[in-house]
Amino acid sequence: MTRMDKNGKKSAPDLTADCGGIKSPNPFWLASAPPTNSGEQVMRAFDHGWGGAVWKTLGEDPAVINTTSRYGAIDIGGQKMAGFNNIELITDRPLEDNLREIREVKKRYPKHAVIVSLMVPCERKSWHDIVKRAEDTGCDGLELNFGCPHGMSERGMGAAVGQVPEYVQMVTEYVKEAARTPVLVKLTPNVADARYAARAAQKGGADGVSLINTINSIMGVDLKSLVPKFAVGGKAAHGGYCGPAVKPIALHMVSSIRADAECRNLPISGIGGVSNWSDAAEFMLLGASSVQVCTAVMHYGFRIVEEMIDGLSHWMRERNFSKVSDFVGLSAANVVDWKKLNLHHKTVAKIHPDACIQCQLCYVACNDTAHQCIAVDRAGGNRVPHVIEEDCVGCNLCAIVCPVEGCITMEPVATGHPELTWEEYMAKGMKGYREVYKRFHG
Amino acid sequence: MTSKNAESILIKELTPAMKAEEARVEAQRCLYCYDAPCIQACPTHIDIPKFIRQISTRNLTGSAVTILEANAMGHSCARVCPVEALCEGACVYLGWHEKPIEIARLQRAATDDFNQGISASRIDAAPLFSRSPLNGKKAAVVGSGPAGLSCALYLARLGYGVTVFEKRDKPGGLNTYGIAEYKMAQATALDEVRLVRAMGVEIKTRVAVGRDISPKALEAQFDAVFIGVGLAGTHRLNVPGEDLAGVFDALTFIRHIKDREYSRIPPGKTTVVIGAGNTAIDAVTQAKRTGTPRVIMAYRRGQKEMPAYAYEFELAKKDEIEFLWNAAPVRILGRKKVEGVELARTERKGGALRLIPGSEFSVACDRVIGAIGQSKHAAFLKTLPAIELDGSGKIKVDPKTLRTTNPKYFAGGDAINGGREVVNAAADGKRAAWGMHQALTGQKTPPSEHEYWISTIEGRLVSPPKDFHNDPHGQKRQKIRA
Ligand SMILES: Cc1cc2nc3c(=O)[nH]c(=O)nc-3n(C[C@H](O)[C@H](O)[C@H](O)COP(=O)(O)OP(=O)(O)OC[C@H]3O[C@@H](n4cnc5c(N)ncnc54)[C@H](O)[C@@H]3O)c2cc1C
Ligand SMILES: Cc1cc2nc3c(=O)[nH]c(=O)nc-3n(C[C@H](O)[C@H](O)[C@H](O)COP(=O)(O)O)c2cc1C
Ligand code: SF4
Repeated sequence: MTRMDKNGKKSAPDLTADCGGIKSPNPFWLASAPPTNSGEQVMRAFDHGWGGAVWKTLGEDPAVINTTSRYGAIDIGGQKMAGFNNIELITDRPLEDNLREIREVKKRYPKHAVIVSLMVPCERKSWHDIVKRAEDTGCDGLELNFGCPHGMSERGMGAAVGQVPEYVQMVTEYVKEAARTPVLVKLTPNVADARYAARAAQKGGADGVSLINTINSIMGVDLKSLVPKFAVGGKAAHGGYCGPAVKPIALHMVSSIRADAECRNLPISGIGGVSNWSDAAEFMLLGASSVQVCTAVMHYGFRIVEEMIDGLSHWMRERNFSKVSDFVGLSAANVVDWKKLNLHHKTVAKIHPDACIQCQLCYVACNDTAHQCIAVDRAGGNRVPHVIEEDCVGCNLCAIVCPVEGCITMEPVATGHPELTWEEYMAKGMKGYREVYKRFHG
Repeated sequence: MTSKNAESILIKELTPAMKAEEARVEAQRCLYCYDAPCIQACPTHIDIPKFIRQISTRNLTGSAVTILEANAMGHSCARVCPVEALCEGACVYLGWHEKPIEIARLQRAATDDFNQGISASRIDAAPLFSRSPLNGKKAAVVGSGPAGLSCALYLARLGYGVTVFEKRDKPGGLNTYGIAEYKMAQATALDEVRLVRAMGVEIKTRVAVGRDISPKALEAQFDAVFIGVGLAGTHRLNVPGEDLAGVFDALTFIRHIKDREYSRIPPGKTTVVIGAGNTAIDAVTQAKRTGTPRVIMAYRRGQKEMPAYAYEFELAKKDEIEFLWNAAPVRILGRKKVEGVELARTERKGGALRLIPGSEFSVACDRVIGAIGQSKHAAFLKTLPAIELDGSGKIKVDPKTLRTTNPKYFAGGDAINGGREVVNAAADGKRAAWGMHQALTGQKTPPSEHEYWISTIEGRLVSPPKDFHNDPHGQKRQKIRA
């Protein structure tokens, strides 16, 4: 909706995004998955406000066959679908149907980003063919699915490629030989360190990377039938895990690539647990220039993008960011190796008695599992705990378990000691550290 | 009890505000239903699941904008709406095993933050709402109640130069002078007017149309006129003794409370309120809260026929009000001031209600408050040229556009529905603004920057997409707009 500006000040922020040369009216893209299965869905999503869509991964004909019983989820407390899992393969529709619809969508939505996700066997010709056919639709870019962790990987594709940097580079090169549009390489999180594949993609000429795809997972075991949950007729295969629960893992992988000396300037499309505008802002602050969403849309529908656009706009207005590039990567420099953290930084917990509801969860957490520095002075029926500040190591646990926002705050304490990192401490021959908290001895 | 004490009791809110955290926790409980029944149940069709989701994602400003797009009176509605009968009464949780989402209090969390933000200059409200450039046309709004203010705000957004004429000292209509103070303080109603003014609306108080400016003059100066005059004063009881000191009509009694004029309503010992509608409940509960120890509600029909909402009645019971059913006033007793009221028992005979002869009894009291419904502005409405009224004195309108039988005039609120709720008046104001714009410009399709709020006039499925396309298979795409 146009937000008119009476006096020409603080006009609506500019949300247009550019990820590796793929431009879209806003940074919110649908991830390659069931929501982008067909032209009808993608157009409806664009009508709701999505800026881009990565089409459900295309492969060679004959199209794959899926199982029925495809998805599983875990609910945590009242939250449904905190984690989501699937054993679905790539598109099971004929290639020509998909291509015809992509062409049609692009024609009707020239300004939106339509990105075609691809996965074919690791042969130069196969990749050249599919790249050509995909680009003939007029699409804005390609995404190489090197991430699917189930089914396709057993056939030597998806994560089977993404887990071997040499393959990543080789296939990216095949694609770049033929491609005219920007190429994003979609990475798998099922590796010890995502940077190797990112570097390989960059060497292969990728215009950017997108991550994460889903994580290997088993959703549980049915205690009556003794078969893993969400089974296909009594047998279950591991599936790919995604949704809100994977966001921290994805954020780490994004920031590790952004911080990597070799990949510093490699554009990133952030994926994994994005459910609202603030999740998106976090991915972008750590370096993603667009975000992709699957699970949240599968939970609530395309309409959630309205709130994402609105929330991001209000936040940008509040922070005086006039365009998306004003804040992409702004927080990345604040993620460092552990050895660069200041050992002389000190915080202690403070319990604000007025806010305390006397559940004493902080007390038991600290007493049983942290540093025994929360006490309850029970005289006169008092139930409000307090922190024994000299013993507090500032671990945050009490503030984390406290149900009341702002009741336990972590207060910085001036130690008067100069900044000292582990790196510097080692360089000084393990000298210069002054105790800022009490350690157990003996 | 002194009037000072009375004030401190009175301003205590019945339903307290939510803490920010409480609001987020409650917001997370919302299922975010698709085609949610709460949206349909709200006469202004606020996209409730969306504004609640915005609270849960800490986008309070966005949440308030979602509310105020559909309901210019969203700030007061959050406090005064009978939500048990509207949005909250439609919550899907009621069909399951949980209590409904506290929609009203969540709505208040968002609009409170918004209004505080505006007054603290943290939020610049005007740019958050689409507004067309001034189109050179002028509209007059008569009455600054919820209907008038709502109409004025949307007309201003559509590009009209809008002047509101209000006969009282303060704008807001019954929001300012009638709503029980424990539901909403007068200051809150006045706060709400700020957004209307921010949209460029001019409000002229102490100008009564018909007295200070004639309808003819309005017609000459303005391209169209909206009539939002609400209802007139409380009906008289029409019994002897009605002019004794200590006899009040409910609206005057409540207005003194709203204006904090406690010296004009000494609590005394016993108050008898005549009537059993929602206004009667407001009168008994506020009489009790301003310090009257014994408060009696007398109704000429039986308890089953009581027009007040059940939960309003519960409120009166909690306040230890005494009830006299099937008791009608015959005369008010006293020489200079009220000393009691004589009532007679009633019964139904052949469908008609009649006084039982010889059943008279009297109740000693020092105050009588009449709360037997409001009359219409009959005399004023008759001076409006070519405007037809229905048999009961309501202005006749085209239900789609709220245009009256005089094409230059539109109307809404209590003046057309005979007295309903704030939210109905707010919905009418919105509908009339669009109706007026269509009539004055011939434009039938909403301009894109106003598409959203105009779509909330008839109600819509949750956030329908803007455009419709045939699907690439050539099959007709299902139309999902309501
Ligand atoms: C005691 C009481 C309690 C209520 N409580 C609730 C509640 O809790 N919740 C709820 O939803 N609803 C409640 N209502 C109903 C609600 O207040 C009305 O439905 C609503 O205010 C109607 O809005 P309106 O704009 O049509 O009229 P009003 O609010 O009556 O506004 C009309 C305005 O027009 C002005 N006016 C009249 N004639 C002229 C003239 N000739 N020139 C200039 N100005 C003029 C009046 O001064 C007034 O300001 C209550 C009503 C009463 C009486
Ligand atoms: C049912 C399902 C099917 C998916 N299919 C594909 C696919 O075909 N190609 C692909 O690259 N990723 C696929 N994904 C992974 C998503 O694109 C995305 O990377 C992942 O779900 C993480 O995002 P999320 O947490 O928002 O769901 C699929 C995910 C789901 C849940
Ligand atoms: S969502 Fe339910 S109804 Fe729809 S395809 Fe899946 S199992 Fe069938």
